[in-house]
Amino acid sequence: MSIAFDYTRSLGPVLSRFMTGLRDGRVLGGRTADGRVHVPPLEFDPLTHEPVTDLVDVSPVGTVISWTWVDQPLEGQPLSRPFAWALIRLDGADTALLHAVDIQDQDQIRTGLRVRAKWSPSRIGHINDIACFEPGSTPGDISDMSPGEPVKIMTTPIRLHYRHTTSDEEDRYLRALADGRLIGQRCPACRKVYVPPRVCPADGVAPGEVVDVADRGTVTTFCVVNVPFAGQRLDPPYVVAQVLLDGADIPIPHLVLGLDAGDVRMGMRVAAVWRDRSEWAATPVNIAHFEPTGEPDAAYESYAEHL
Amino acid sequence: MRRAAVLGTGQTHHRTRRTDVSMAGLCREAIDRAMTDSGTDWSQIDAVVLGKAPDLFEGVMMPELFLADAIGAAGKPLLRVHTAGSVGGATAIVATSLIRAGVHRRVLAVAFEKQSESNAMWALSIQPPFTAPIGAGAGGYFAPHIRSYIRRFEAPDHIGAMVAVKDRQNGALNPFAHLRQPDITLDSVRESRMLWDPIRYDETCPSSDGACAVVIGDEAAANASDRQVAWIKATAMRTEPTFYSGKDHVNPRAGVEAANALWTAAGIKDPLDEIDVAEIYVPFSWFEPMWLENLGFVGPGQGWKLTESGETRIGGRLPVNPSGGVLCSNPIGASGLLRFAESAMQVMGRAGEHQVAGAATALGHAYGGGSQFFSMWVVGQQP
Repeated sequence: MSIAFDYTRSLGPVLSRFMTGLRDGRVLGGRTADGRVHVPPLEFDPLTHEPVTDLVDVSPVGTVISWTWVDQPLEGQPLSRPFAWALIRLDGADTALLHAVDIQDQDQIRTGLRVRAKWSPSRIGHINDIACFEPGSTPGDISDMSPGEPVKIMTTPIRLHYRHTTSDEEDRYLRALADGRLIGQRCPACRKVYVPPRVCPADGVAPGEVVDVADRGTVTTFCVVNVPFAGQRLDPPYVVAQVLLDGADIPIPHLVLGLDAGDVRMGMRVAAVWRDRSEWAATPVNIAHFEPTGEPDAAYESYAEHL
Repeated sequence: MRRAAVLGTGQTHHRTRRTDVSMAGLCREAIDRAMTDSGTDWSQIDAVVLGKAPDLFEGVMMPELFLADAIGAAGKPLLRVHTAGSVGGATAIVATSLIRAGVHRRVLAVAFEKQSESNAMWALSIQPPFTAPIGAGAGGYFAPHIRSYIRRFEAPDHIGAMVAVKDRQNGALNPFAHLRQPDITLDSVRESRMLWDPIRYDETCPSSDGACAVVIGDEAAANASDRQVAWIKATAMRTEPTFYSGKDHVNPRAGVEAANALWTAAGIKDPLDEIDVAEIYVPFSWFEPMWLENLGFVGPGQGWKLTESGETRIGGRLPVNPSGGVLCSNPIGASGLLRFAESAMQVMGRAGEHQVAGAATALGHAYGGGSQFFSMWVVGQQP
């Protein structure tokens, strides 16, 4: 699974000056009340708690304080070939900046090595305006950027990729779905049938007996989604309902389609509409949505305790 | 048990986008106001407690790491609290517990959300692997439970709109509120777009950037204050699973049990009589009558009648959300602490134009997750 978003960072007065400086090819540090220069600058002095306002130029050249070697770079890192992560104290600064050092071989990086910023050819006011550091004791080449408005906001894309390892209950449930069946499991303590099966949230015990449940049930309650939003899969309006499957003791949320959204009712009887068998996999997506069965509505009392 | 009191409060001007400040600057805007309001010096703060809702909202994992310096925690204990939307309330209660346990004399509690750094609707709609990809959005979770409330008690349609009108007009009295709409009417609310039927646009909370901070002190610190403090009479927190068979989403058990524990600890027998003002977490207007019942102010099915009678307006028997509440400002992580701080401001007599006359005892309330976490406190003018 993947989760991704282009987050923004409102920089505030201090980091705004730092990022604007990077765009203009300068590295700024912030001087705190004890006289120390922090790079990147702190927004508030940790000792006096006052806002930091004294920003000073430091050199784009500095010294490696410590380092580690990255043999297999990951997505989103500054370099795609092996490199060193290093703590670099720039000349004029009292703290170290973490950045990548582009160097051929692990044998060439060492504590005390003099390195210089390698500037990105096009700079926008972002920490990546320093593409990386490289060995050198004098400032490197830098392209002129026409000075513009101060940089006040920065974009930080974040991408997460992860795998979910299924539990025994999830595994059983998904395999049943691949066969076109819905199953639940009964809690040995409260005897309630949970769909999907899970450790009982009320009793905290592992589920027992496997129970087939119907692919039809009763709409307990619902909402009509009229609002568009990021990542939406259907065009509004559509109905998201809580469906209490026959044989289950807890409703599942699902789409109710095939009729005007305004005609969906609490108590309406609905049945699953399965996708074409050729598309089935071990996933709940096998059920496209639910549609009315045409049966008489269920009595309110029959589902009132599930609201 | 040792006594504890709110010495002072502070909050930001809440807006859709506070791009003028960083997360650190946002927190400090609230903290600096709370320090001034409480007459507290940084050297007097013994510990800092930070609350914030899901890290996915800003995409910063464990923001307490990079915020530690800015929020004054260097060299002091720092605790991070996280209980979804109720986190602001839980943050105040953790700070209170540190005082009542005798561990510290003065604790700074701060909570924030900078929703504009991403999109909360997106962050709340991440699909877990084993449910169908239905995509209801944030309000889509709560709308069916509101429908259940309306059906169970045959509540008339205009109740939700009445709450929206009241809270938005109250917000117009609050200089820090995000939405300030003095001219809103029942008709304009009812004509606003239906977002998640039965929730209309004007019956929904906004998405805000904002922060809130309170300084909580022990009895000696409270007695040393030359201003009125808000004595913390009782606190309560309860939790229940988001889903379990038979869960009552209209009247969740954890909320009922927390309220019972709260009233007992505060020595309150009839909350409707004894509470002068309530700041209740109402992100969608219909939650006012639902929580009035859940909190035990009135019996089941009577909440909408109390709202309809107008008794929850400023000047009524139980003013609810004179600040405008979550319906006017919703920096999620801070929203709960705002309820707690506003209740304290009422009994300290420092609520400005939305001050409820004679407010001596007040409730602050928050809930979070799928009606899973509940936190609440009672504050009073007298210890």
